[in-house]
Amino acid sequence: MPLITYRKALNDALAEEIIRDENVVIIGEEVAQYNGAYKVTEGLWQRFGDKRVVDAPISEAGFIGMGIGASMLGVRPVMELMFWSFAYVAWDQIINNAGQVRYMSGGLINCPIVIRGPANGGTNVGATHSHTPENFIANTPGLKVVCPATAYDAKGLMKAAIRDNDPVCVMENTLLYGESWEVPEEEYVIPLGVADIKREGTDVSLIAHGRAVITALKAAEILAAEHDINAEVLDLRSIRPLDEEAILNTVRKTHRAVLVDENKPFCGVSAQIAATIQEKAFDDLDAPVQRVCSLDAPAIYSPALENLQLPTVARIIEKVLHIR
Amino acid sequence: MPKLSSPMPSVTDDEVAVDPADYARAEINASLKPKQKIGFFREMIRIRRFEQTSLKYYNQGMMGGFLHLYIGQEAVAVGTVSLMGKNDHVITAYRDHGHALAVGMGMNECMAELFGKATGCSRGKGGSMHFFAPDKNYWGGHGIVGGQTPLGLGLAYGLKYKGLKGCALCFMGDGAVNQGAYHESLNLAALWKLPVVYIIENNKYSMGTTLERSSAMRNCLAERADGYGIVWDIANGEDLYEVRAKTANAMRRAHEQSLPTVLEVDTYRYYGHSVADANAKKYRSPEEIERYKTHHDPISLWKKRLMDEGVLTEAEAEAIDEAAKDEADVAAQFAIDSDSPAPETIFEDVYWEVDNKTEAGSTGRHFFSE
Ligand SMILES: Cc1ncc(C[n+]2csc(CCOP(=O)(O)OP(=O)(O)O)c2C)c(N)n1
Ligand SMILES: [Mg+2]
Repeated sequence: MPLITYRKALNDALAEEIIRDENVVIIGEEVAQYNGAYKVTEGLWQRFGDKRVVDAPISEAGFIGMGIGASMLGVRPVMELMFWSFAYVAWDQIINNAGQVRYMSGGLINCPIVIRGPANGGTNVGATHSHTPENFIANTPGLKVVCPATAYDAKGLMKAAIRDNDPVCVMENTLLYGESWEVPEEEYVIPLGVADIKREGTDVSLIAHGRAVITALKAAEILAAEHDINAEVLDLRSIRPLDEEAILNTVRKTHRAVLVDENKPFCGVSAQIAATIQEKAFDDLDAPVQRVCSLDAPAIYSPALENLQLPTVARIIEKVLHIR
Repeated sequence: MPKLSSPMPSVTDDEVAVDPADYARAEINASLKPKQKIGFFREMIRIRRFEQTSLKYYNQGMMGGFLHLYIGQEAVAVGTVSLMGKNDHVITAYRDHGHALAVGMGMNECMAELFGKATGCSRGKGGSMHFFAPDKNYWGGHGIVGGQTPLGLGLAYGLKYKGLKGCALCFMGDGAVNQGAYHESLNLAALWKLPVVYIIENNKYSMGTTLERSSAMRNCLAERADGYGIVWDIANGEDLYEVRAKTANAMRRAHEQSLPTVLEVDTYRYYGHSVADANAKKYRSPEEIERYKTHHDPISLWKKRLMDEGVLTEAEAEAIDEAAKDEADVAAQFAIDSDSPAPETIFEDVYWEVDNKTEAGSTGRHFFSE
């Protein structure tokens, strides 16, 4: 299998879907002529032209809302947010319009729109540019949200998101764009709501999504090499819908869970996972559920400190050892 | 070129009688058959009687939430919607009953929605502010002031993308013009040449705030479109002929040139902001309200006009009114007799894929209640 980057995997997914469905149109700031702020859409404008790849002005509420309106008529816009951190200026459009219009119309309307872009800390761009709003999105019934951790997942989930008839938010990661994974040449789609065991283990479950999966995998290797602990790493991939079965299965297998989450702890994704485990797998637990989240303050700029603010391998190992 | 400093049509002077002669001669109006003109009268009366009936039951505590009455503004919805063709679409704010009936939604489904019943147009899930009928090109019914303005733009974008010759009529209040989303929409509409008509229903108040206390302007609100290079116009909303003539121009611009327009329609609401508006008579004088009702009522003026034209008799008008009242009463009874939505429907209409039991909707947990 060829090794391709997370960025290229997304790019391939977009290109394949543009070709597959004439209603797919990519809209966002700098997506066309500039090739994308993070080059995810590189070459697409040259290949597919003005109609399918559209440069938007810096006007997130306007163009995201426009995409939602167009999706009600059957266009399938894939909207790029240069950063998910900028979604807040379009928040009303995303939450109230994309999220609620189906419900309020008694099911008469649906919005097959994708809103995608990076949502991560760790790049020393300060608090305004480092948000991870997957928990906010997941808090809104009507919206879906996925956080791919590898190139393989990014491509498969992006294709599923574009084909989905509900609004799907895809949260990518600038720190992963340049990383490579094996991706098959044949077409594939990864259904939303299906988690993936990224490492089989028996002693403790590390449950994560997005780049936290990569951090958890590194921690698992050290736990095995230095502490004789065989950790299982479950990648949620999709936050809403959520693969609850996979969460409960891994907990029932290892009897210990450490949740690794780049979200903040208060009402973050891991809070929901923890609640689910205690409700449904309490008797299977041999130790309290532990969490390793971003430290609970706005994202700090200082490069020295930001790396400590995000979940680190060391903090994961510490939590695991604490409940071994 | 847009007119730079047209004065607002003045309707504050008691004695100003509207002279609709010119607009009646506009092509779009000159070609009207008597039957159509009577039809507009019927539509306006139906809206008014529907709302008066809904008010009665609201006051009896039979509905929840807000009830924003459109009474006084009927000529705007009826006049504009009367011009819609197959590929023309409508979207509006929460004061949405008038537009809903004008596009042809039935009183039954609308009334039942107000009562929160399963037979409501939105299955009891939207309420007064959220009526929808996509099969009639009617996209709501939106509760967030100005929030519908990018959606209207999106309808226009969708039409253009699909190569359809149509337009989106996006209605909004005079208070909504100060929302950023509206200005972003205007910029995009002009930038991308999208066939959208923003219709500002200027009823002079946003809740209890007068126009003067909310909006900075030179002469009128529509004029702000100048800054975006968008053609704008103003219309007297008490004259159905004028509303139609001006809207037709805007729609033609959208259809023929794929260009946006901002049309500000001067109008007035007789009731409070919503029925729950306890201050309805404090921020404006009873005399002002009376003056509008007496001299500027769009339905009375239209009726007089049709009688002058010899198209309608008093007896016919009476019969139409009676029929509208009866229809509203029947709708209320329908709503009362209808069932509330079943509890399990709470989880319906959230996700298309789940509702349609597709493969994509069958993986993972979608709802997190027990
Ligand atoms: C974003 C937002 N802010 C405030 C409100 C509360 N609110 C509802 S209607 C309204 C007044 C709007 O007035 P206008 O746009 O003139 O419309 P009208 O009610 O006159 O039809 C306000 C303040 C809201 N629904 N949404
Ligand atoms: Mg107003």
